[in-house]
Amino acid sequence: MLDNPEGYVTEDGRKIGGVVMEMKNITLRFGGVVAIKDISFDIREGEIRAIIGPNGAGKSSMLNVISGFYVPQEGEVWFHGAKRPQMRPFEVAQQGIARTFQNIALFEGMSVLDNVMTGRLSFMKTNILQQAMWKGKAEAEEVENREAVEKIIDFLEIQHIRKTPVARLPYGLKKRVELARALAAEPKLLLLDEPMAGMNVEEKEDMSRFILDVNDEFGTTIALIEHDMGVVMDLSDRVVVMDYGKKIGDGTPDEVRNNQEVIDAYLGVSHD
Amino acid sequence: MGRRKRLAQTQSGAEGMMSLPALLHRNAAQFGDAPAYREKEFGIWQCWTWSEAAAEIRALALGFLEIGVEKGDHIAVIGRNRPAHYWSMVAAQMVGAIPVPLYQDAVAEEMTYVMEHCGAKYVVCGDQEQVDKVIEIQEKVHQIKHILYTDKRGMRKYDHSQMNALDDIKAEGSAGHARFDAELDKRIAAITYDDTCVMLYTSGTTGKPKGVVLSNRNVIESAKNSAEFDRLSRNEDILSYLPMAWVGDFIFSIGQAYWCGFCVNCPESADTMMTDLREIGPTYFFAPPRVFETQLTNVMIRMEDAGKLKQRMFHHFMAHAKKVGGLLLDGKPVGFGDRMKYALGNLLVYGPLKDTLGYGRFRVGYTAGEAIGPEIFDFYRSLGINLKQLYGQTEATVFITQQPDGEVRADTVGVPAPAVELKIDDKGEIHYRSPGVFVEYYNNPDSTASTKDAEGWVATGDAGFIEESSGHLRIIDRAKDVGKMADGSMFAPKYVENKLKFYPDILEVVLFGNGKDRCVAFINIDLTAVGNWAERNNVAYASYQELAGHPRVLETIKSHVEEVNKSVAADEILSGCQVHRFVVLHKELDADDGEMTRTRKVRRGFVEEKFQDIIDALYDGSAQISTTTEVTYEDGRKGSISATLQIVDAPVVPVGQHKVAAE
Repeated sequence: MLDNPEGYVTEDGRKIGGVVMEMKNITLRFGGVVAIKDISFDIREGEIRAIIGPNGAGKSSMLNVISGFYVPQEGEVWFHGAKRPQMRPFEVAQQGIARTFQNIALFEGMSVLDNVMTGRLSFMKTNILQQAMWKGKAEAEEVENREAVEKIIDFLEIQHIRKTPVARLPYGLKKRVELARALAAEPKLLLLDEPMAGMNVEEKEDMSRFILDVNDEFGTTIALIEHDMGVVMDLSDRVVVMDYGKKIGDGTPDEVRNNQEVIDAYLGVSHD
Repeated sequence: MGRRKRLAQTQSGAEGMMSLPALLHRNAAQFGDAPAYREKEFGIWQCWTWSEAAAEIRALALGFLEIGVEKGDHIAVIGRNRPAHYWSMVAAQMVGAIPVPLYQDAVAEEMTYVMEHCGAKYVVCGDQEQVDKVIEIQEKVHQIKHILYTDKRGMRKYDHSQMNALDDIKAEGSAGHARFDAELDKRIAAITYDDTCVMLYTSGTTGKPKGVVLSNRNVIESAKNSAEFDRLSRNEDILSYLPMAWVGDFIFSIGQAYWCGFCVNCPESADTMMTDLREIGPTYFFAPPRVFETQLTNVMIRMEDAGKLKQRMFHHFMAHAKKVGGLLLDGKPVGFGDRMKYALGNLLVYGPLKDTLGYGRFRVGYTAGEAIGPEIFDFYRSLGINLKQLYGQTEATVFITQQPDGEVRADTVGVPAPAVELKIDDKGEIHYRSPGVFVEYYNNPDSTASTKDAEGWVATGDAGFIEESSGHLRIIDRAKDVGKMADGSMFAPKYVENKLKFYPDILEVVLFGNGKDRCVAFINIDLTAVGNWAERNNVAYASYQELAGHPRVLETIKSHVEEVNKSVAADEILSGCQVHRFVVLHKELDADDGEMTRTRKVRRGFVEEKFQDIIDALYDGSAQISTTTEVTYEDGRKGSISATLQIVDAPVVPVGQHKVAAE
């Protein structure tokens, strides 16, 4: 079922489409350190794809390769059926890829609303001069974008902090604001770098629900890195497991859970 | 208007209006362009006029017919205050069904009883969370034919064979109106003044909830009388944020709103209530004392952070307001100089403060449900905010007594509301009779008979007396909570608890001592106030539990208890109720754990049973007690917390001999 190139239907009735992104034999080195060793996997349209692994397994490096921030020394990234050239960040955004960061990267002094509005940047067509003049085109554009942002604020239930400066928010809410900003860009592919790190059980449950709802409501393809095995297994359709830069497992949560190599990696068998 | 004429009118409905759908029709015809509902959504106040609301409600009613709602069916409504939920209730009435609003924060287990009891076949849910609960309930009750939901988020994957979005059946209803118009008009025309208008479950401090059946007569007469009492007009604006399952919200947001034709404003979410309050600036407002307490605490905290000049100005003018503000509001004589100074204060302090609180346009408002601290009450009144008290019950369609303008005091609950008769029986229990007296408890003739007698008098279960000099009612306590100490003197826990709760540091108190020789107490600290104090004084804490057990916190609470003991000792009847020993509890009393009702009243018997070990320790003289308590999380799972609590001895004032009550 999972091998069907046309896609498949999940147990809960979601339609998963064909491959949108394919990583082919990726190797990434930092000087002498090999962060990623010859890894291949794909991401299908509409699925929640998780990358898991112990500390230092190379998960974040992998996400940075997907987002185009790191360029692998070997291997190719195929996006929508074409080999992807080296790109600058704004070009990545224009392709419909948005992400959140492990160590929250928001504008601390700005309000939640303004932070989320920055996610709409690629939809703004007016120039500085028009925006300074304000009346007319720039105003209409702002109203239009504000509407889109308000829908996301409503969706993520952060109305009560709309005007609050981000610096004053607790950690769990900052994570949610980051997700809001990423969603504001209306991504086709959403990359989440440890969305639940440092959260308590209740916050994790909230975040899981939001991730599922985003996928369900907007049909967004989601690739996420996560530490918390339980969360990942509940959320994702397919899981890639990494350890010491290598791929040691790939498949549905059940397949991965019963994979001996994965069990060893998590229970800590000596690597020699 | 003479009494005879009023009586004549009530035979056929007030001013010919027999039901809420009839009032809706009148409002849409007479002032269709005036705003009827506002809801903040997507950062903007969305508005519906009376004509638009009438069209929406009619479409919903047609949709209800389409899914097969029969006359007499019960439709449960579970959700936060949103126009769509209010419309569902009126639409249900149009098709002859009975709306049953339920508390949305109740866990599935609690809700199952109520659903089963009323036999609801249709349920309107606010969102996915409520739908999940209803599906869980359905596995036990197997009676629900159709679930409707307002918020579509997360609902895509559900089996929709017996489930629809409210918007969708509304659209289908208006599309198929040709088929159902005649039937709907027939059903609307068939509604009589004595048909059931709504069924509301009382949370009950003891036992299972009871379904109070209120007729159109109850609701419309009560709305009319109370609207006349406070001269409410269609220019009022109210903020609807209190639970929809509570009788007060039904009367304010539907009964009075439809009778007067004023606008109901719904906040964006529960968390934005304070911001929305400020944006709307209601002219008519209702809140339990807790809301006013919280706001006052916040004001005081923020004033401590303000600059020196502002602080001095605030305290100077507040002192003046305390002196003359209340008198001015009551229309009592005040000297010219004081008036001028008050006007200046209004310009510099009171006006801006009221605006910040959202009370800039406040014309009349009530607090009820619990006693309000006299200082808190006077604070608001001195600012020129016409805050009053009322005493009411679900069984009375809210109103039993109300304070008229100019006769407002912190320690009474006012004179009998229009058309209400009051009597106190020989045991001190308050009884009333009025057009608002409920029809019956649904499927519970025994309880109905023990509460309402053949002549229509209802026992409130509260003990009180009518003050001879003013004719105002004063409440002592729940009649069943009033007891006797071992030496025969009166034990009235609420009297002492309220005195303690008036300290901002203290959120909740439970006093024990019935049948004992001395009183002991459980205390909950207020996390906002004490947390702020801790921050200011560099007291580090990691959890509620740790802060609650901090030695300096205990010291502060002890000083409050000592002051209260002094004041209690001065009361000749209740001087025996001084607190000898107390603990600060390691958890907040919570409705999810059954320790409080959904309207946040302590369930004394339950608490006593649950924490029996702590009570024993309070009486046997031990210095501390280790205990484990079961807690329920929001999703219904259970866990437990353990703690070692310090027991504190409080200084008491020796009382030689006190009068023995009721000999």
